[in-house]
Amino acid sequence: MTDDHVDSRRRRLLTVATTTVGLAGAVGLVIPFAGSLSPSEKAKAAGAPVQVDISKLESGQQITVEWRGKPVWIIRRSQEMLEQLSSLDGSLADPKSESNQQPAYAQNAYRSIKDELLILVGICTHLGCSPGYQPDIGPAAFDENWKGGFLCVCHGSKFDMAGRVYSGVPAPTNLVVPPHQYLSDTVIVIGEDGGLV
Amino acid sequence: MKLKIVTLLLILLPAVGFASSASKMEMDHIEVALNNKASLQNGAKLFVNYCLSCHSAQYMRYNRMASDLGIPEDVVRENMVFTDSKIGDLMTTTMNAKDATKWFGVAPPDLSLIGRLRDPEWLYNYLRSFYLDENSPSGWNNVVFENVAMPHALYELQGQRKAIFKTVTEADGLEVEKLDRFELVKPGKMTLEEYDDAMKDLTNFLVYLGEPAKMVRGKYGVWVIIFLLMFGALAYALKKEYWRDVH
Amino acid sequence: MSFIDWVDERFPATKVWKEHFTEYYAPKNFNFWYFFGSLALVVLVLQIITGLLLAMNYKPDAELAFASVEYIMRDVWGGWFVRYMHSTGASMFFVVIYLHMFRGLLYGSYRNPRELIWIFGMVIYLAMMATAFFGYLLPWGQMSFWGAQVIVNLFETLPFIGAALSEWIRGDYVISDITLNRFFAFHFLIPFILLGLVFLHIVSLHKVGSNNPDGIEIKKGPKGNKWSKDAPADSIPFHPYYTVKDVMGLVVFLIFFIIIVFFMPEMGGYFLEQPNFEPANPLKTPDHIAPVWYFTPYYAILRAVPSFAGTQVWGVLAMGASIAMFFILPWLDRSPVKSIRYKGPIFKSCLTVFAISFVVLGYLGTQPPTPGLTLLAQVFSIIYFAFFLLMPIYSKMDKTKPVPERLTK
Repeated sequence: MTDDHVDSRRRRLLTVATTTVGLAGAVGLVIPFAGSLSPSEKAKAAGAPVQVDISKLESGQQITVEWRGKPVWIIRRSQEMLEQLSSLDGSLADPKSESNQQPAYAQNAYRSIKDELLILVGICTHLGCSPGYQPDIGPAAFDENWKGGFLCVCHGSKFDMAGRVYSGVPAPTNLVVPPHQYLSDTVIVIGEDGGLV
Repeated sequence: MKLKIVTLLLILLPAVGFASSASKMEMDHIEVALNNKASLQNGAKLFVNYCLSCHSAQYMRYNRMASDLGIPEDVVRENMVFTDSKIGDLMTTTMNAKDATKWFGVAPPDLSLIGRLRDPEWLYNYLRSFYLDENSPSGWNNVVFENVAMPHALYELQGQRKAIFKTVTEADGLEVEKLDRFELVKPGKMTLEEYDDAMKDLTNFLVYLGEPAKMVRGKYGVWVIIFLLMFGALAYALKKEYWRDVH
Repeated sequence: MSFIDWVDERFPATKVWKEHFTEYYAPKNFNFWYFFGSLALVVLVLQIITGLLLAMNYKPDAELAFASVEYIMRDVWGGWFVRYMHSTGASMFFVVIYLHMFRGLLYGSYRNPRELIWIFGMVIYLAMMATAFFGYLLPWGQMSFWGAQVIVNLFETLPFIGAALSEWIRGDYVISDITLNRFFAFHFLIPFILLGLVFLHIVSLHKVGSNNPDGIEIKKGPKGNKWSKDAPADSIPFHPYYTVKDVMGLVVFLIFFIIIVFFMPEMGGYFLEQPNFEPANPLKTPDHIAPVWYFTPYYAILRAVPSFAGTQVWGVLAMGASIAMFFILPWLDRSPVKSIRYKGPIFKSCLTVFAISFVVLGYLGTQPPTPGLTLLAQVFSIIYFAFFLLMPIYSKMDKTKPVPERLTK
């Protein structure tokens, strides 16, 4: 029993190799364990794209549908509402929709595919309340120069009729436009855009 | 060391399975082949057309079946979904349990797990052993599952058959009734060979339906074992190296 | 000042590491049988992790439980793997523990001064049985339901309080949603108590030091080896020598484990029983019900005892006694030597016959009772008890071999 034959280099090498392979195995074990916490097929089925018929949607009217458990608004904006939008640019935080809150096809002045049809995820980008629809143009209790839009009563964040956030309110970014596409003039699919992006 | 492996094996060995209980007929053997996609697809077709109207498969989703069996989703949507279910929905049935109980005496059981509850051999023989029996409320009986409440849902494929029984004296002197033969009364759309093949496919599908993960777990298992063998070789070398201090 | 120093001033990290790993001196001749302690710990940890993940998707509700297990098997990503790890782990835990206990029998590890280690171990075994029993109800299949029904009804045979007691355990007149709910709570809790018991088991082991295949107290022998001049001469540090050896053992064990998980999770009906793929139905008992394999030796003893004086309580008492025997084992063995290596032919034969009777009883417990098999179970039950009760006599009169001064190979 002497140390004569100890090859410490070999020993260190084997220790490192075994530890590395062992850790790789542990990571391999963690993958299915952690993966089991990701959305299940049930959640995916419940969060599947939603088809909405908008043929009965009137000008200025809002409907709310549920997609992945979140409210999604569909609003047919009036010509008057659309006209207000450009005049607001100065008081908004991100008037050009530069932050990534919408698919590329909705990164335009009206943040929509079709000018009058606004589709938004109705969740405030501040802390997740659902803002209320305030379409009437004119002085309001919370804003004397109100041009129509959305008000989040939780913390007073304001958005215009394109879901763009006002500057100086708690919410940091514009409301999210979900992926969507038109199957026909009157049917929209929310949650699927055929990879247009 | 050899003795020790034998000890371990002895402990793990009792897994040889159960002998099937005495039945009225010789069971035909079936080889389950979960890698045979064509067979599974045909089984799925038979299942949704002939079983799913009364039985549900309430733990299975259409889209899971589509991707596992390699059937395009729109084909499933158009040809295999007969309810207003969506592609991601569970394969439920439109028949409600109360009506079913009224019609058949018992509600048709859910079939999601039938492939695990019953042996494949049992299912294969059961599906092929219906015969006409005027004493039964449904007009049908089954050699494998006596006085089953279910009528022969596939008779238009297999045709209608009578069963002829004979009395046999067993080795222990007990007289038992055994199946002698079936007699075809009215042929169905398939020949008996075609029907047997179809039932092989259906049984195959039921086994898949019982445990969809069975299709993949073997594949993963092989890789895990290869990894462990590699790790084991390293661990063995490391142990050898350190234990040179001791010996 | 290094980070470790900073910690050491506040928490004895280095001290604990040294005392229990690098300077815990274990006999140098551990063999195959000494793998199972560390394996049991690994399986316990795996069971707790997979159990936690299952609990996140499982619903302890009679209406939903069965479906939620199938949800895990089909809809949860990797769910089947987590579930099979857990179901296989349950059985493999018992495989490992039975081998671990048999090691104790072989080498006299229960003898003075290790009686408390053995008793803590037995309490762990009881806690495991409780956990397994509670857990087996959770899938809410036919076997789950009727197994629990039969076991809880055992308490009904106790005189006077029996009926009230079994109703109290169930919280209902039959096994029901209420029972399922509380069994789930216990199934979740007990493993953490188990962890605490394992801690006590190891603390008491490290206090007296490990036994070895020779059954020699190395602490009483000469001192001094190449690692320490105070450590027993025949000892080696636990780390790195036994850690690297245990890793090797772990890999071999995992290969067996993985083969079951990926290729034969039902293990021919012994790990997952076929009738359990049908939801619980209180109106229809399956043709043949048997507990899971790890309970069957005791179940066979239970069934072997006939009822007399108008009560079936004797079988239940015999079953309880058969487990209680293990607790008094340290005081039954009067042999002057600990290890089987130096015990005489009588003890060797008795232990062999006992091991066989345990396995045979286990087999009989899985079978439907017939008069022949019941008679067999009675014979082996008597052998089982005789092994313990006659031990003070035969262990004393046995002709032992002289024990060497130092460890052999």
